[in-house]
Amino acid sequence: MKILVAVKRVADYNVKVRAKSDNTGPDLANVKMAINPFCEIAVEEAVRLKEKGIATEIVVVSIGPQAAQEQVRTALALGADRGILVTTDADLESLAVAKCLKAVCDNEKPDVVLLGKQAIDGDNNHTGQMLGALTGWAQATFASELNIDGGSATVVREVDAGLQTIEIKLPAIVTADLRLNEPRYASLPNIMKAKKKTIDSTTPADLGVDVVPRTTLLKAEPPAERQAGIKVEDVAQLVDKLKNEAKVIS
Amino acid sequence: MTILVIAEHDNNEIKGATLNAVAAAQAIGSDVDILVAGANCSAAADAAAKISGINKVLVADNTAYEFMLAENVAPLVAELAANYSHVLVPATTNGKNVIPRVGALLDVQPISDISAVISEDTFQRPFYAGNIVATVQSNDSIKVMTVRTTAFDPVAEEGGSATIEAVSAVHDAGVSEYKGEEVAKSDRPELTAADVIVSGGRGMQNGENFELLYKVADKLGAAVGASRAAVDAGFVPNEMQVGQTGKIVAPGLYIAVGISGAIQHLAGMKDSKVIVAINKDEDAPIFQVADYGLVADLFKALPELDEAL
Repeated sequence: MKILVAVKRVADYNVKVRAKSDNTGPDLANVKMAINPFCEIAVEEAVRLKEKGIATEIVVVSIGPQAAQEQVRTALALGADRGILVTTDADLESLAVAKCLKAVCDNEKPDVVLLGKQAIDGDNNHTGQMLGALTGWAQATFASELNIDGGSATVVREVDAGLQTIEIKLPAIVTADLRLNEPRYASLPNIMKAKKKTIDSTTPADLGVDVVPRTTLLKAEPPAERQAGIKVEDVAQLVDKLKNEAKVIS
Repeated sequence: MTILVIAEHDNNEIKGATLNAVAAAQAIGSDVDILVAGANCSAAADAAAKISGINKVLVADNTAYEFMLAENVAPLVAELAANYSHVLVPATTNGKNVIPRVGALLDVQPISDISAVISEDTFQRPFYAGNIVATVQSNDSIKVMTVRTTAFDPVAEEGGSATIEAVSAVHDAGVSEYKGEEVAKSDRPELTAADVIVSGGRGMQNGENFELLYKVADKLGAAVGASRAAVDAGFVPNEMQVGQTGKIVAPGLYIAVGISGAIQHLAGMKDSKVIVAINKDEDAPIFQVADYGLVADLFKALPELDEAL
C-alpha cells in the first residue's frame, strides 16, 4: 500500500507573525520556518502504518519555494521513503495546491493521502477536502484515530460534539488532527540517511496546473489590540469587580 | 444576488451557529435562502422557515444526507449553488468539512472564517492565529465561505415565515459511511453558545483537578474549556479545546485558569468581552489580554472563588 503525505513549510508555531508595516501581507523576513505541526502528525501516522506492515511506501510531497526542500528532508528523516517538491515562488491558494496534489495523485496512485487538517499560517482548513473533491475519493477530516483494514479504513474524527466514527473506502484522503499521534524526533542516523533519499522536482506548470489566484489580498493589518487591565489583590476583590464594575456576574 | 446558507442542525432542531451565518448573509444582501440537508429533517426545516428574514427553505431529505457526509452533501450544494451568488456555512466542524469540497467541485477558491463583510465580494478574515486580519476580495463568480460565528450577532430565531421547497436531487457517493458518535454528555452549556466560560490549562496538572473548575462553572452556569496544552497532556477531551485549531469563542466572561496564554490559545478567546486570568506566574502573557488578573495559586484561588460565588 502506497501512502502520499503532503507537508507545508510555514512560520514556526512559536513565532508571532505580524503584518508588514505597509499592510501588504505577513512579515516573514528572517522568520524561522518549519514543517506545519499538523503535517508532521500526518507524516508520523504514515511512518507508523509502515512500521505496522500496512504501508509499503511513503512518498512525501510539498508545494512551495525551493527552500521547502528542508521540510521534505525533515519528513524523509522521520521515515518517508522519497520526496516530491513542486516548486513555485508564488503563494499558492488552496485550490491551486489541491490541483497540484491531484496531478501528483494521478502519477503516484496512492491508496491513502495523509495531510494536516490545517496549516497554521493561512488557517484555511481546505486542502484535504478540496483534494477529495478533485479525486472523487472519500475524505476523513480531523482524524484522531485511523485503522486501515484491506480496502477500507475506520476513522475516528474530532467533531464539535465529541468523536464521530466513519468508515471510508480506499483510496481516500485523511487529514490529521492533534491527537492522532505524537510525532517522534528524527534520530541523527536517520537524518544522515535522509540526505541520500531522492527528491524529485517539478513545477505546477509541468503538472499542467493553472495557479492564477482567485482572490486578492487587499490589506493585512494587525487586529484591534486589547488593553491589559488591572491586577486584583485577591479573590474577594475579583468577585467584587466582576459584580459591580464589569457587571458580568450577579 | 441570492445567498444560500447551509443550516447546521440535528434533523430536529436548527443549531444556533446557523443564526450567526444568516446574519453574515444578511450583511451581504437581503435575499437569503437556507438549505436543510438531512434525513427525516422536516422538523428542522420548519424551524428554519421561522428564522427572521429568510426567503425560502430548501429541504433535501434523504438518508444519504443524514450525517452530513461531505462526499454526498458537497455535490448537492454544488448543484444548488448554480442559482446563487454566495454560499455560506457556519465554521463548525461540519461546515469546515463540507465547504472546501463544494469549492473545489465549483472550481472556486473558498474563503474561511469570515469575520466581517466589507462588500458583496470583499471580506475580512483572521489568519496567522488571529495575529493578522486579512481583507480579501474574491474574483470567483460564486463566493463560497465559512463564517466565524462569534463575529456576527445571531438573527432572531423566530418571526419569519419562509416557504419550504423540497429538493429531490440525491447524491450518494457510496464511499463513506457513518458508524457512530461518542458525544460528551454534559448539563453545562455548549462552549460556543455559553455566556460564561471557565477554562483550564497546563497549570491544572491533571484531569481530576478540572473538578475544581466544574464546581465554579456550575455556580456561574458556565461552560468549561481548555487550552491545547491541557488537551495535549490528556487532561480533558479535544472538544473542550479553545484556540486557533479548536473552538473559537467570545463569551461575555472568560475565566482562564492556569493558562499561560500562548498565541494559539489567545486566537480562540481574545474577542471575549471580559477576560479574567488566574495564574501564579505574574509574567504569563495571558495577563496582557486580561481585564482582571489575579496572580495566585489556582489550587487556593479556585476553592475561594467557589466559596465566594
